[in-house]
Amino acid sequence: MSALLEIENLRVTFPTARGPVDVVKGLSLTLGRERLGIVGESGSGKSMTGRSILRLIRAPGKVTADRLRFDGVDLLAQSEKQMRAIRGARISMVMQDPKFSLNPVMTIGAQIAEAILTHQKLGRADIKGRTLAMLEAVRINDPERVLGLYPHEVSGGMGQRIMIAMMLIPEPDLLIADEPTSALDVSVQAQVLEIIDDLVKRKGMGLILISHDLDLVSAYCDRILVMRGGEVVEECVAGELRNARHPYTRGLLASIPRLDEDREELPVLLRDEAST
Amino acid sequence: MSALTIENLDVSYGDSKVTHDISLSVAEGESFALVGESGSGKTTVLKAIAGMAKSWTGSITAFGQARTPGIDRGFARQCQMVFQDPYGSLHPRKTVDATLSEPLAIHGISDNGERVDEVMRSVGLDRRFRFRFPHQLSGGQRQRVAIARALILKPKLLLLDEPTSALDVSVQAEILNLLKRLRREQGLTYLMVTHNLAVVSFLCDRLAVMRHGRIVEVADVDQLKRGALENPYSRELIEFSAAHPKT
Repeated sequence: MSALLEIENLRVTFPTARGPVDVVKGLSLTLGRERLGIVGESGSGKSMTGRSILRLIRAPGKVTADRLRFDGVDLLAQSEKQMRAIRGARISMVMQDPKFSLNPVMTIGAQIAEAILTHQKLGRADIKGRTLAMLEAVRINDPERVLGLYPHEVSGGMGQRIMIAMMLIPEPDLLIADEPTSALDVSVQAQVLEIIDDLVKRKGMGLILISHDLDLVSAYCDRILVMRGGEVVEECVAGELRNARHPYTRGLLASIPRLDEDREELPVLLRDEAST
Repeated sequence: MSALTIENLDVSYGDSKVTHDISLSVAEGESFALVGESGSGKTTVLKAIAGMAKSWTGSITAFGQARTPGIDRGFARQCQMVFQDPYGSLHPRKTVDATLSEPLAIHGISDNGERVDEVMRSVGLDRRFRFRFPHQLSGGQRQRVAIARALILKPKLLLLDEPTSALDVSVQAEILNLLKRLRREQGLTYLMVTHNLAVVSFLCDRLAVMRHGRIVEVADVDQLKRGALENPYSRELIEFSAAHPKT
């Protein structure tokens, strides 16, 4: 099986008053049609990695890589127009918070229809049919009614499911989910992830799940990259996360309280020591 | 003595009633958690206690003192609140010093230079942060400032609204340790809202599970640790939390 996505030596740089800062420092990865999790704390560069795949990093930020190929296409060599044909249609991204990523003055139906129309020419009846089917696929009850609602009239969990419906309707090959559930309740979280999981399995998509939640990533991915300060510090099979070697990963795991917590104090990472 | 007693509390926003018949009692020095999904009314209960939700019926009593809806300075001295998101709850154009001095000015307390120093020390913030602005601090440091602001009036009861859910796991551990230490050192009583049952297990003695504006179960944290909650909905919540098992 040929790789869906190949990244070699990816660097993302932002200029600052004190000279350029690398937020991603030479990351390499190869992704097949599998589920890859990227975990790390704020500032570890995990979101920047996701965004640079879609070339969403704007000037003055700079992205360089020895290789950034998606399904045989060199993403860095594409023009903006060519990128627009890839974004959404072939690589999609689900962002963190539905409150900010849905257009507040368009109805749900109109936004999903726009997602289809950008990439395909279809009749009005077909569009409505596809939209309804997709809303049902993300388990929204009474999709007819939801089509006419505005984003502020739906709950957070429903908004996130609508986002997922919108992102999946052009049937992309790769889905990048950047903290797709951190704005949601535990009970809704599980639902949303199962929907993503189910669609990934059925359609054979590749998935990159970006999150700060180690447990969540280990439950829904095949392989995990742990990032810190712009670098990958550890890579492992999801089921093996418990046996992680790197002190940083172990520190992170230990600092999570457990349901049957009996420690008097939680171990914390010594920031200065750990960064050396 | 009971630190906080709530009886038959019904809070409404406009015409819609958000909580129904909430009654609970928190003993002095106890740490009590309200858990449930969003929309279950747990934050609303805190807001009513803090005086931010003004239309309610029933009774709220802290340390034998009944509270009236609206601003109540005497009550505020006893009871302070820490909010979820330190990125949103600190004034972006006020220094740490200004933020911490404001409650003292409101309550007419004059020794503010020393008090600010003292409270910063107790939450583990170095003195050099005193004249910094929130954007110069990390998330964990900001939450420490928010906790310091709540503590500076020396209240006996702290209302904690998801104090760690906006933070990274390693920073969450620091703040949880801090809250545990402060409670031990200063004999504080906590009423905490959270949806993270593992946090409850670490920090609390008892918990109440809320759903659709009602308390469905009150339990000891031991019951939670053993997975022995009785209400079917509470058990469901535990299952969700255990769905991706804590490593």
